Amino acid sequence: MADRVAWLAGWVLLALVMVPVALMVTALWQQSADVLSVGFLLEDPGRAGRSGGIAALLISTGWILALCLLVAVPVGLGCALYLSESLPADSRRAQWLGGVLDMLAAVPSIVYGLFGYQFFAITLGLGFSILSGALALSLMVLPLMIRSAEQAMRAVPMGYRQARDALALSRWGWVRRILLPCAAPGIAVGIILSAGRALAETAVLLFTAGYVLRRPDSLFDSGRTLSVHIYDLAMNVPGGMPRAAATAVVLVALLVLLNLLVRRVLRQPMTEALV
Amino acid sequence: MSEQRTHRAPSLVLESVSVTYGEQVAIRDASLQVQPGELMALVGPSGCGKSSLLGSINRMSDGVSGCRVGGRIWLEGEDVRQRHDLTVLRRQVGMVFQQPNPFPLSIIDNLLFPLAEHRVPRGQRRARAEQALRDVGLWEEVKERLSQPALGLSGGQQQRLCIARALVLEPQVLLLDEPCSALDPVSSRVVEALIRSLKGRYTILMVTHNLAQARRLADSVTVCWLEGQCGCVVESNGCEQVFENPAHPITAAYCAGEAG
Repeated sequence: MADRVAWLAGWVLLALVMVPVALMVTALWQQSADVLSVGFLLEDPGRAGRSGGIAALLISTGWILALCLLVAVPVGLGCALYLSESLPADSRRAQWLGGVLDMLAAVPSIVYGLFGYQFFAITLGLGFSILSGALALSLMVLPLMIRSAEQAMRAVPMGYRQARDALALSRWGWVRRILLPCAAPGIAVGIILSAGRALAETAVLLFTAGYVLRRPDSLFDSGRTLSVHIYDLAMNVPGGMPRAAATAVVLVALLVLLNLLVRRVLRQPMTEALV
Repeated sequence: MSEQRTHRAPSLVLESVSVTYGEQVAIRDASLQVQPGELMALVGPSGCGKSSLLGSINRMSDGVSGCRVGGRIWLEGEDVRQRHDLTVLRRQVGMVFQQPNPFPLSIIDNLLFPLAEHRVPRGQRRARAEQALRDVGLWEEVKERLSQPALGLSGGQQQRLCIARALVLEPQVLLLDEPCSALDPVSSRVVEALIRSLKGRYTILMVTHNLAQARRLADSVTVCWLEGQCGCVVESNGCEQVFENPAHPITAAYCAGEAG
């Protein structure tokens, strides 16, 4: 009897998760069906987004996401390495730093936007630009990335650490050959979550990257990302909803692709022979 | 502690070694001597500081927060606590743990990786790895699948691989911390046979709860005990002496299964 209840509860919970997702995808698809085409991906937008496609926005989004990860991944991994390898989990310093990171992860994105605008756009003189947006976004996703990578590294079995110490392995050798490959799934999840948050972010970018519709010529040009485009079409452009829905479909598809790509990378052999 | 063995200059000497964790004393005033090529079993009830004592020899205890080691530990006449280079010390003193812990690498990389880390010339690595696998009797079993993951081996094979990984650095002393306790009886017998084969070539200090195993394998036995909350050595002597004619009543009771 208990098994049947658990089985039923499982299906009900699954339905509770899947039904809203299915409804959302269906609604997006219905609204965007007339707009979605290969041309929509390849053409630049026209008439404030009422016509044309999203090619310029894909380029801006790609630049901002790539730059954001380029900054956030190495810095995040470095911080996570310090936390997990130099500070015992129960030490006061580790707990204090962990608390600060959790607090930073919970700070509303608009606050990062304001800070990014003040610091990157005004103080550093980067203006509304791809670079300002990417740097502000990287600040926003860093706490999430550090915490997920730190937890993945701390989860590496104690037996490996014992063997490392008994064999007097170098720190670099340990990190490169054992720690990072073992923690890779957790780190990848952190990167995916961070990339997803960055891709979906609007508030930070309104303050830092601006929302110019044309293709950026350099990192110092303003650029509009897909999420900002969705917001602008839905809120400010009369009749913009079908194109906003079509852009949302592309955004979701990008997230799914990113997820699949990382899973594929994780299936590769984690270590190469030394000989 | 009684000492009735007469041998060459000992390979490993512990003089009044104490290990404490904060205020908690794990073991106090432990003294013992292990002769070159000898296998000494360290027996006693749980919590009497056997593993702490073992960890103090290759200074694994250095990395434990709040752990302090007192007394002197001599390895081939050199005080290990004065050593500045832990890398050399841990190359001289190999260690194998209770749970097999091969790295998540291929079988061969588990041996090549430490060799690369210790800067053994590239041309020698493969031969040394193969020799270590032969020494632990694993070569014939794995020679066709050296690039397969080590974690795919059975528990006993993994433990033998861990012993090979310790041997590949050519240590003088081998510390074995209950190497068979996590294995099934068949694997345990195989690892026991391996340890017997290593006697004479390496100085071995082995922690075990299995008195029958200690009797089968050891040349000498050190009995640890709990006095109050703190461990101590009650007797260190030849294997026959400890089991047939113990010098201490606690040893007699422990070996008879009446205590501990």
